Amino acid sequence: MDSDTSTCRHCGAPLGTGATGLFCGEGCERAFTIIDKAGLTAFYDHLARDPAVRPLRPEPHQPRDLALNVKLHDDGTASLDLMVDGLQCPACGWLIEVLLSRIPEIATARINHANRRLRLVWRGGAACAAAYVELIEGLGFRLTPFDPARLDAALGAELRDLLRCLAVAGFAMANVMLLSVSVWAGHQGGMGGATRDLMHWLSALIALPAILYAGRPFFRSAWRAVRHRRTNMDVPISIGVVATAAMSLSETLRHGPYAYFDSAVTLLFFLLIGRVLDLRARGRTREAAAHLLSLGVVGVTRLKQDGQAEMAALSAVRPGDRVLVAAGERIAADGRVVSGCSDLDTSLLTGESQPVAIEAGALVFAGQLNLSAPLTVAVTAAGEDTLLAEIARLMESAENERGRYRRLADRLIPFYTPLVHAAALATFFYWWAMAGEVWQVCLLRAVAVLIITCPCALGLAIPAVQVAASGNLFRRGILLKSPAALERLAGVDRVVFDKTGTLTLGRPELKADPDRDEMALRLAAGIARASRHPLARALAAACPDAPVVEHVTEVPGRGLEVGPVRLGSRLWVGSADDASTEPELWLSRPGFKLVRFAFEETLRPDAARTVARLQGEGCRVSLLSGDRAPAVEAMAAKCGIEDRRAAMDPTGKVRWIGQCRASGEQVLMVGDGLNDAPALAAADVSMSPSSAADIAQTAADIVFQGASLSAVSETLAVARKAHAVIWQNLAFAVLYNLAAVPLAVAGRVTPPMAAALMSSSSLIVVLNALRLAGVGLRRKPS
Amino acid sequence: MTALLLLIPCALLLGFIGLAGFLWSLRSGQFEDLDGAANRILFDDPPVKEKHHV
Repeated sequence: MDSDTSTCRHCGAPLGTGATGLFCGEGCERAFTIIDKAGLTAFYDHLARDPAVRPLRPEPHQPRDLALNVKLHDDGTASLDLMVDGLQCPACGWLIEVLLSRIPEIATARINHANRRLRLVWRGGAACAAAYVELIEGLGFRLTPFDPARLDAALGAELRDLLRCLAVAGFAMANVMLLSVSVWAGHQGGMGGATRDLMHWLSALIALPAILYAGRPFFRSAWRAVRHRRTNMDVPISIGVVATAAMSLSETLRHGPYAYFDSAVTLLFFLLIGRVLDLRARGRTREAAAHLLSLGVVGVTRLKQDGQAEMAALSAVRPGDRVLVAAGERIAADGRVVSGCSDLDTSLLTGESQPVAIEAGALVFAGQLNLSAPLTVAVTAAGEDTLLAEIARLMESAENERGRYRRLADRLIPFYTPLVHAAALATFFYWWAMAGEVWQVCLLRAVAVLIITCPCALGLAIPAVQVAASGNLFRRGILLKSPAALERLAGVDRVVFDKTGTLTLGRPELKADPDRDEMALRLAAGIARASRHPLARALAAACPDAPVVEHVTEVPGRGLEVGPVRLGSRLWVGSADDASTEPELWLSRPGFKLVRFAFEETLRPDAARTVARLQGEGCRVSLLSGDRAPAVEAMAAKCGIEDRRAAMDPTGKVRWIGQCRASGEQVLMVGDGLNDAPALAAADVSMSPSSAADIAQTAADIVFQGASLSAVSETLAVARKAHAVIWQNLAFAVLYNLAAVPLAVAGRVTPPMAAALMSSSSLIVVLNALRLAGVGLRRKPS
Repeated sequence: MTALLLLIPCALLLGFIGLAGFLWSLRSGQFEDLDGAANRILFDDPPVKEKHHV
């Protein structure tokens, strides 16, 4: 059990000195009582707190209307789907499930650990839901109802269909291969004609329905393309698969010795794997946008004309309304502060970690978090008009923009397909008109050309490289979410960094100052322990053994106060210094000089080296930040970045990246904040550190772990290597076709030759791709 | 060759069982949450005290 008395038993926050007992507040104490009464205090033994997640601190409960989201079923049960915010570790999911499932009315309470959603099914009416939600929110989690049907029905259905196709193709491949191997062995061992025919018939019986079923995604897309007089990769694949199956069937009917059902289903199986991976990556982006909008608050406290407070749905808030925002609450609409002063955490919108002090008259935006004191806000824009909704829209449209990127294979196809089909057609007419063969023979030879050119190697050339390269990156702690990103990455000639959290580690640290009095530091650190303000925490962390100071009061937007001693902003302590650009705290004591504590952000350890390496590889490096100019200048100078832009908002970043792309550059964006998400989606390719906001991680193509920034240059190197291998593979596939097609046209390709050529070409392509798996790994100490 | 008449149906049957199993698990949503099961085995079911009411 957690016996450390200096932190709250429940939420783990450091206890202020004023607090007595084990908890930091009433809410935590109540939550602990609920857990204790249920006999589940073992939860605290298992709990592994995740500093990146919202702490488990219960907020004052706000009743809200859940009836709209509850679904009533015919069998007398009702269900509700909720997104859970604040899950620290698997133990939290366990706690929620156990507590809920002990309620007699609840039939199912299950948390999906992968996407942090809770599904509740109970016997009874919609009204029960409020009590369940209140119970869980009382523990410190935050629940947001959502409609699963609207969120991911379409995508889920498509993915499930592809997985079913994959399963059927896999089943057919394994069984047909089993039969084919015995037939191949039989060619040597003298298998009887009747047995061979039996094997062929069995293969046909398995392969044909499987091809019809598992080939649907390709056939459908090919048909759509042909109908619009276009062509895509699926056209030659469909023709190849169908032609192979048809010729094998005709061989089987004519008791021929050779059939190729195995190559048709194997090709389908491998291609389907690629499709499934691709679709899953795209699904994550949509999930990100949905999550972003669910950040919107569910209910708001509105002030009526007579000054009374009422709860209102977010959708009912209109410009001109006045809303109350309690401390710890997210602001629901854009507006202007009418009364109150507080600190705002704007990191969601600007990515800057330092809270901003605001007072009456200041503009606030939906999505900002009110940290220290209640505010009254006059609404200027709500719902779809807020900045937060704007960011979600920007991200979606930027994502669509990038969706127009044409993959290498798709760019080659318009040259490849007509050539292949012309060759097959020419073969048919040559043998029919010039050589006077019967049409069956002519058709057989034309089909042989189609099969030889069936894009086995071409279809494998790129996916095999992508699989090998992403395996390589994965072992370095770099997750490649969309395989096509490798292609886009290889051509990158501009790398754009965000500042806070990307070039830097994203948390302030106390600057060393030789003139500073040690006593002052100890006193200030002791006072700072009472606050959760990031600068105060950095100060406390700089002097961990400082004695705790009692009776500290926090003055919102100003600082901390103990009797006559003040720790806080420059103006509040009465400093006459010029405004400086660094984040800072001041300590004032009667009878002493003022003491200044300056903070700086810490660069990632190898930021400068990585920037230099990228520049060495011919990339232009830029720094885009939402921060003020001097801070950006200083950071850029330290890393050796010449091109820097300060005070960029999300729209500005997207526009700037758009301009770079319009001038023909390929842009890699590296960023971590929610405010970077649109820019990440707008760039040709994007990377996020794994410490980034969820939204940024989902918007990015590549996520890297660890404090080191060298992942960026390593990924670029692997991508360029992969690009080279892809071209080798393509060149090989073309050479192979150049050699084999004339033979096929001439009618000289015997079936065993065709089989050998087909499998050897695929094998060579795959082996070549595997060379990538170990590139650059040996040099790196693990 | 009569062995084939037994072995091939056997092989096909086993394959079908695997396929049916996969399709069933897909339908019953076991691929929706790949982390949950791995996490859940870490926790014992707590002794059920009296039913907890809200």
